[in-house]
Amino acid sequence: MSVRDSILAKIRSNNLTELPLPEIPFFNDGRTDLLARYKTVLTSIGGTPRELAEAETLEDLIREVYPDAERIASSVPLAGIPLVTISDETDKATLEAMDVAILKGEFAVAENAAIWVPEANMLNRALPFISQHLVLLVEKDKLVLNMHEAYEHIDTESLSYGVFIAGPSKTADIEQSLVIGAHGARSLVVVFL
Amino acid sequence: MQTDQHLIPHAEAANQFIKDEERTDWHDQTLWFVRQKRDKIAHTIPEWEDLRELGSQIKNHTLSRLDHYLAQFEANAKANGVHVHWAANAKEHNEIVLGIIRKHSPTGIAKMVKSKSMLTEECHMNEYLISQGVEVIDTDLGERIVQLRQEPPSHIVMPAIHLKKADVSDTFHEHLGTEKGNNDPQYLTEAARQHLREKFVGASIAITGVNFAVAETGGFVVCTNEGNADLGVNLADVHIACMGIEKIIPQQKHLGVFLRLLARSATGQPVTTYSSHFRKPRRQGQEMHIVLVDNGRSTQLGRPDFRNSLKCIRCAACFNTCPVYRRSGGHSYHNAVAGPIGSILAPNLDMRKNADLPFASTLCGSCSNVCPVKIDIHDQLWKWRQVLMAEGLAPASKKVSMQAMATVFSHPAVYRLGGKIGRWTVKNLPFLVNNKLNPWYTQREMPAAPPESFQEWYAKNRKK
Repeated sequence: MSVRDSILAKIRSNNLTELPLPEIPFFNDGRTDLLARYKTVLTSIGGTPRELAEAETLEDLIREVYPDAERIASSVPLAGIPLVTISDETDKATLEAMDVAILKGEFAVAENAAIWVPEANMLNRALPFISQHLVLLVEKDKLVLNMHEAYEHIDTESLSYGVFIAGPSKTADIEQSLVIGAHGARSLVVVFL
Repeated sequence: MQTDQHLIPHAEAANQFIKDEERTDWHDQTLWFVRQKRDKIAHTIPEWEDLRELGSQIKNHTLSRLDHYLAQFEANAKANGVHVHWAANAKEHNEIVLGIIRKHSPTGIAKMVKSKSMLTEECHMNEYLISQGVEVIDTDLGERIVQLRQEPPSHIVMPAIHLKKADVSDTFHEHLGTEKGNNDPQYLTEAARQHLREKFVGASIAITGVNFAVAETGGFVVCTNEGNADLGVNLADVHIACMGIEKIIPQQKHLGVFLRLLARSATGQPVTTYSSHFRKPRRQGQEMHIVLVDNGRSTQLGRPDFRNSLKCIRCAACFNTCPVYRRSGGHSYHNAVAGPIGSILAPNLDMRKNADLPFASTLCGSCSNVCPVKIDIHDQLWKWRQVLMAEGLAPASKKVSMQAMATVFSHPAVYRLGGKIGRWTVKNLPFLVNNKLNPWYTQREMPAAPPESFQEWYAKNRKK
């Protein structure tokens, strides 16, 4: 018997009675201030929420927040900002040199400030993590309350790889002192469009 | 690795740990602070108790049909282009991993980066791979710190929680060439970031653990705050994910329940920074492997009293709340998973070696109260004690004292006489009991002996 079959046979030999699988409610509390809630949580975990001011463009905002950034990649066109082209094929050295990555998030989750970023939005799977800084763009009406609702919005069929990103990379492994910028992005700006 | 650690029983190792009083207090208070953060954030979720109940029920259901969900997971993972392997025990697991590495690097030193996986700790995979000429680099900051010090992690979420800034500074000075005496966590973390970036870019193989594997999609989720799992996997040619067979959940929507519970229970965060859903390999030639490991889990599944220890999602809330863990440190448990949950998992792996662990508890029940999937941890600790006594594996001092107690309690006259002698002794000859041979007197002020027993008092007073 293969190892697989013997493990499964051993599990079956326990003859367990099937226990019920519960239904999962949405736990919607009826409140509508999702954007305000999102911003509060994001700020508390070290990220920066932004909205474009009147007459401000995304390009202005990027230049203001990252004035010294030289190597920028973006999945949306940015007028007047020279971009590094990143794709599946990009080599590690180019990826490692990236200062800022600007990517679209599919939707944002108010309860924990997470943003769903599927592979299709990443340019390259390593980019959101290897870039020194990360900017995620989300449409204001793409906010959900909690993770139960979030999973309703994920297209399982097309899912190859996707990440909920909540805040910048961080660690507290040295004497529980919080340090922002462990291995991944040193800062995260979420721009609501 | 300190492989001879298992020779030191918990109580003795704990004795060593508490010798440094200041450090013990720091350890105790720091973990209690994490427990308080957990409480604070749990209280902001009105449905928290419902979530715990749902988490528990989903896991109970899954365990009751584990064979079905494993087969479903395997079929879907294969359809996604993922290679699925099965290992009956730690040895098979390690050999499978080495086999995959060898296939890709038949000659020379294979370079591998690894994110946190308690399963690979359980299997002692690192030592094995290193002995076979593989460069194994732990990339979680805490795990890298303990790896450089050749120590095992002391906590499943905070692997270096037993260390102080100055310890990390010394270790980094020695291995990474940081400034001597610079204890600034920001500086030290930056040094590790630079050191590990080089490793991430240089590695061709990445190993991760698995937090949840979804039968319905054949995908799995890995949670980190640092981003080390994604960075490693997405730069490597080969991704090997190692998981115990109990990590399966039926459907993707069930992740909603578990991701809401996990980080809040673990560190008091609303969610980990990265909750990464791996399902298919990268388009250009990446290989993905999943190793499904039994290593005693199917045996534990067959023990009704201990079955639901397999519901554990490894949040370590039970560690942080445990008065014994907080004051004895993770290494005193001589097992990959320490703390209360480790003390009910370990005897299943090796009853003789781990017979001391179910006794490393006050049975206060705090662990069961904070468990996000409602494992009856303290009941199981108590039940393991019964099993160990019956098997004759309990610590010798317990066996003698239990037998003495059984005699005393089954003979009322002996009980009454014993009480009398005890009270008289404590009052008149305290040195007979308050000495180094009696563990009840270490670090305790004992109360004064009452002048009479309750029975004597009652006999006198019922007439009034």
